[in-house]
This record gives sequence, C-alpha cells and structure tokens, in this order.
Amino acid sequence: MEKEFTLSIFTENKIGVLQRITGIFTRRHINIDSMIASESEVKGVYRFTIVVNCSLDLIKKVHKQIEKQIGVLKAFYFTNKEIVYQEIALYKVPTKSFSHGNDVENLIRNHNAHILTVEPDYIIIEKAGHKDETQELFNKLLPYGILQFARSGRVAVSKQIKEITAYLRDLEEASLYSEKELLLNNK
Amino acid sequence: MDTQAKTKVEEKRKTKIRVSGAEAIVRSLLEEGTDLMFGYIGGAIMPIYDVLYSYQDRLQHVMVRHEQGAMHAAQAYARISKKPGVCMSTSGPGATNLITGLADAMLDSTPMVCITGQVGSGLLGSDAFQETDVVGVSMPVTKWNFQITKAEEIPEAVAKAFFIARSGRPGPVLLDITKDAQFAELDYSYEKITQIRSYIPYPKLNLNAVSQAAEIINAAKKPFVLVGQGVLLSGAQKEFKEFVEKAEIPVGSTLLGLSAFPSNHSLFTGMLGMHGNYAPNINTNECDVLIAIGMRFDDRVTGNLKTYATQAKIIHIDLDNAEIDKNVKTDVAIVADAKQALQSLIPLVNSNTHKEWIESFSELRKVEIEKVINKDCNPTSGAIKMGEVINKLSEKTNGEAIIVTDVGQHQMASARYYQFNKTQSLVTSGGLGTMGFGLPASVGAQIAAGDKRDVYAFIGDGGFQMTIQELGTISQLNLNVKIILLNNNFLGMVRQWQDMFNEKRYAYTELTNPDFITIAKGFGIEGKTISNREDIDKTLNDLITHKGPFLLEVKVEKEANVFPMVPAGGTVSEMILE
Ligand SMILES: Cc1ncc(C[n+]2csc(CCOP(=O)(O)OP(=O)(O)O)c2C)c(N)n1
Repeated sequence: MEKEFTLSIFTENKIGVLQRITGIFTRRHINIDSMIASESEVKGVYRFTIVVNCSLDLIKKVHKQIEKQIGVLKAFYFTNKEIVYQEIALYKVPTKSFSHGNDVENLIRNHNAHILTVEPDYIIIEKAGHKDETQELFNKLLPYGILQFARSGRVAVSKQIKEITAYLRDLEEASLYSEKELLLNNK
Repeated sequence: MDTQAKTKVEEKRKTKIRVSGAEAIVRSLLEEGTDLMFGYIGGAIMPIYDVLYSYQDRLQHVMVRHEQGAMHAAQAYARISKKPGVCMSTSGPGATNLITGLADAMLDSTPMVCITGQVGSGLLGSDAFQETDVVGVSMPVTKWNFQITKAEEIPEAVAKAFFIARSGRPGPVLLDITKDAQFAELDYSYEKITQIRSYIPYPKLNLNAVSQAAEIINAAKKPFVLVGQGVLLSGAQKEFKEFVEKAEIPVGSTLLGLSAFPSNHSLFTGMLGMHGNYAPNINTNECDVLIAIGMRFDDRVTGNLKTYATQAKIIHIDLDNAEIDKNVKTDVAIVADAKQALQSLIPLVNSNTHKEWIESFSELRKVEIEKVINKDCNPTSGAIKMGEVINKLSEKTNGEAIIVTDVGQHQMASARYYQFNKTQSLVTSGGLGTMGFGLPASVGAQIAAGDKRDVYAFIGDGGFQMTIQELGTISQLNLNVKIILLNNNFLGMVRQWQDMFNEKRYAYTELTNPDFITIAKGFGIEGKTISNREDIDKTLNDLITHKGPFLLEVKVEKEANVFPMVPAGGTVSEMILE
C-alpha cells in the first residue's frame, strides 16, 4: 500500500551527492513529490527533505541504498505523524483586487497569511502551512486574480528524541572501529 | 598507530616536492602499490602518458585495442591478483567506452580505479571537443566518482579512490581529471586514507545476531549454505570450509562464488540458479535453514521470489546492509565481512552430522547425471558437445587452471563442467552478463597469474567477435592465453530461448562467421579447428603444452540447449531437466 513518506537525509556538502540520491529514486521509478535542501544545525552538514509516495517495503530499501552512498551521513524516513512539517507559499495578486471591500484582507487574516510587499500594481502574500492549507487559500484567491503562485517543497523536523549531532558522534565511533578493522586485517 | 609509524608519516608530510599534476597521478598510483595498469591513450590524457613514458620500469602499462577491453582486462587482473584494477582513458569517447566495464564491475563488486582525462577546466560545460560529462554518465555505475580540476586535489583524490574501491564491498571508482590539472604543478606529498566519515566499510559485528544465527543452525535438521563471491573477496575460504565441515552443511554456490569452495569436496553440491545443478536448486525448497554468505539473492539464483525457500529460516551474512532484505526477507542478518562473521560463528556452532539430508543431494545428483550430465560429457555420436570439451579439460588440468568465460551457453557449460578445485579460478561476467568480456578478461587474468597458473578462456562465436581486436594485445605481449572458441554458429543462449519460448523463430541469432583461424593467424596467433570427437583428446593435450597464445576452435553442436533450467521467474524446485 502506498503512503506518503518524508525522508530526512544528512549529507556532506559535496558535488554530486544530490545526483546520487535522486538516481536511486529514478532507478526504481519513484516520483519525487517535493525536495528541498539547506544547511542543517551542524555546520557543513546538509539536510535534504524529500517527500515521496510509495510502500513501506520500498521506502526501507530506498533508505538503505541512500545511506550506502558515500557522502550521505545519515538518512531517516518518517510518516507524517512522526514529523512536524510546513511548506511556504507566495501569492502575487493584483493590487486592484483589494478594492472589493475587505474580502481579500479577511481571507488573509482568516488563513493566517500575511502581506509581504505592497506595490502599486501587485501585492505579495505569504502563507506557511500544509499543502492543503496553502492550496485552499489559492482556491479562494483565484476569483480575485492570481498573477503568480509559488509553493516550496516540504521542510520537516522529526519528533524523535535523538538528534543528528548524536548520530554524528555514533558515526565517528563506527568510522574509527571500521578503520581499526581495516588496518588490523590489512584490507 | 605506533609512534614510529606516526613520525614516518609526519616526515613524509614535510617532504613535499614540486611536480606536475600528471606526475602526481603516477606517483600516487605507485604509492598505492600499482605496478600494472591498462589503458588507451588520447588527447586529454596525454600529459599522464608522457609521465608514464619515464616510469616504465616501475609501472607497466598494457595498451589494449579498445577501452572496453582495458576495463575487462583490469577487472580480471583485479579478481586474480586481489589488487584494484587500474584503467586509464582519454575524455569523451575514451571515457564512454569504459562504461560497460564500470557497470560490470559495479554489479560484480570488483575493485577498480579508473582515470579519465577531461577537457580543460575552462572549457567544462561548453561542448568542447571530446567533452562528455563523465562524472554524470558514470555516476550510477560507480561506487564513487570525482572530478579533479586542480592539481592540489590529486593526492587526496587518488588516496580516497583506492580506499573506497578496495574496502567494504569493493567496487569501481572513477577520477575525471581536467587537462589543465595534469599540467599544473603542486607541492606533492602522499598519505593513504583509511577513514571517511560518511563511509563505514566495516560495521561493528552484531554478536547478538551471530549467536542467534548459531542457535538456528544448531537446531537445523536440513541446513543449506549458499556461498557467494563475498567469501572470495573477503579471503574467507578457510573459515568457510571450517564452518561447513564442522556443522556438516551441504554447499551450493552462486556463479561468482565458484572456486570459493572446492568442487571436489564431498559437501559441494553444485551451482545454484537458472542453469545450475539440479540438487541445490531442488533442495533450496526443502531445507529448513538457508545460510547465505556473501551473496545477494540475484534473480538468476532465486527465480520466483514468492516461491523461493519460503519454508526455510533465512540467515544472511553480507557486508552490504542494502542487500539485507532487498530480495529475500531474512530471519537473522549479520552485516559483516564474511571472514569476520565466520570467525565468530564457528566456535558457536556445534559439530554435527546431517547424513540423510546430504544423501538426498546425492540422489538428485544421480538424476541429473543420468538425464543431463552423461549426455553432455560422454556422448558417443553426433556433433561435439560443449560439455565434453570442458569436462575433458577439467580432467586434464585437475581442475586447477584459471577459467575465463564470455557470456552465453558456453559460460554456463564452463561453470557446470569445470571442477574448480583450486580457489580464485573463475573469471566471468555475472551480474551484467557482458558479451565480449572473455577475451580481454583473459589478458588481465593471464598477466595476474604470470607463469604460476594456466589460463583458459572459453568463448562463444558471438561474444568472441565483440572484442576480437584484443587478439592484438595478446599477440603483442605474447601472452600465454589458451582460447577455446566453442563455435555453434549461433548466438546460442538466445537461440535456446527462441527454441523454448518463441517456437523456434530464430530472429537474428544465426551467424555467418569468418574463418577464425585465419583471423588469429593475421594477428600472429596459431590456431586449429576441430570438429571430430576423436580429435578432442590429443588437441587438448597439445593445447595444454603449447607455449604462447593459441586459438582452438571447436565446432560444436549447433542447436544444443543448456539444461537443466529454471525458466526466468520460475520456481527453483520446478527446474526442468530436458
Ligand atoms: C553485450 C551483450 N549483448 C547481448 C547480450 C544477450 N546475449 C546473451 S547470451 C547471447 C548469445 C551469446 O552467443 P555466443 O557468444 O555465440 O555464445 P553461446 O551462447 O553460443 O555459447 C546474447 C546475444 C549480452 N549478454 N551481452
């Protein structure tokens, strides 16, 4: 059975790591629903957040193949219950749409959105939320005219207690053990 | 690290010398113990070749006739010498010609370090002459790859390349080096790399899993061990033998696992999979515990996964965590190097006997001998069979030669009928099934074997013509390669499928072949053709004692099929015999 999974992948900041990760999805014919990357709380460690729909069995295999890539430090997969996540949406609407009384302003307030910029010709509205929420505002703004709409990929943090810094320490330890094993057996 | 070693390293670090990037590459290769490499020259790699010219006394370079040949030769060299194969080519077409070999080495876990020239860094991305995005193209078929654009990056990149290629589950790596980085100078010093944070080649052994495995094995009535190439790669042959002898467990082998365990051992039951032996396939679905060591449950081994060993508890020992539960769901997984895992497993397993269970293999073996093996190896009439030639050579060489094969019917026949009594004896393209692998591979295998062991290459008439130009390399180096061309005038393996599944509609599988002996002569290689059974014996004797390369063409039965067989996606225990 297919389900939505969010992968958090922590990597070194190296050219090519992204292509190696996406290649794993391409090979297995899995479509990536959204993807986003930025530096994590640890300097030099990047965090990719990828959303896919697939079976649990498949995500387990994909997860292992991602972790196997050199340059990938640690990867996790989560169901939506195990994370807190958001997307951000920007709506560019004509300034004249605000001339229909308070309709648009009420919409913005009711949807917990806010205005970023006001220009003579257009106004830019920002809203953070889950996809269905940003979509709902989109649908409501549509009658007033939308000049541009952009939605980010998902950003997510996990609810799990153990943080990446602790995993990185485990990794250092594993790496030392592995080195010892290598030198010991003259591999 | 003891203090002495440390100071040595520090001293080294201090003594930097000013060299070109090209020279840094060659010096780094020497630091990693490379004394032989394979390759093909071209514009973007010329600076390195210019350096190689003055290093000929320390680093031999084998000039092949096609870059694909360089790869397969280097792969075979790696498999026999147990050192990483090193391969070099120019940018663009030279580099893309490596791709088949990379894919082959990736699937068959062969340690390879490949170096490709690249256009100048200022030209990258501009569609310059002979520019190909080699890092992009090779990404899915390399364990790791990297583009060097600055000379200073060279020592670390090469050190990383060797560390990654040979450690953990081995595999091919590629370094793409721009021409300006080969010309530029750097302050050179070299240090080996033994650690990369995001790469754990040897995970900590889970002792809990080991004792769980031992418990299951000790309780087993009908245990069965599958041996894969992992045992050869880890050098665990001795431990493997000790393990199966102590617990008295019959052994089935994957194609690449052959020669990890002697074929003439009483516990050896044969090869697994599509064209493997009858007993190990049938009994895969009879055993109560299946212990897979250093193998990855390839679909050619398992057939239909839904009906594969569902009755058995599965213990999987493999160094690559991504292989665990990939195809077959395990009950106990030990993610470890085979040697390490076996060393800790052996003391925990009980000495045991499984007489009746082992006899059941012998009973099945009898069926196969009667229905298949006798017909293949001891025919008295009709055209020559592949099996009888291979079987004869096996007898005459005591199963102690190195066998190289191409891909197809002759490959399966070689795997089935050569007795691998000595370890490290089969070089074949398993995972990728690359036609054209055999002839260049025989080059690398022979160079690695030197005069210690004899190399025989069984090749089909189709695959022979895919890389036939390597006869030039063999001739130039006067390599002691004995080529046995099993000529059936067909792309035999595919013709067999057309026979069995396409009502004999032989679409494009029949070949009009050249006079192979004349071709060999053109290359300065002696050859002979036989087509009568009476000639096999003497000709093989002559072949064995012949010095230098030789092409023996054997005209074999044109439309013979390889049996037994588990048709693709079929159930292993429903293997068909005829
Ligand atoms: C490069 C490549 N192309 C195509 C195939 C598909 N294929 C597998 S076996 C085979 C026939 C091989 O014929 P031959 O070399 O004559 O050997 P035989 O089977 O007759 O022993 C073919 C075409 C392949 N494995 N590799």
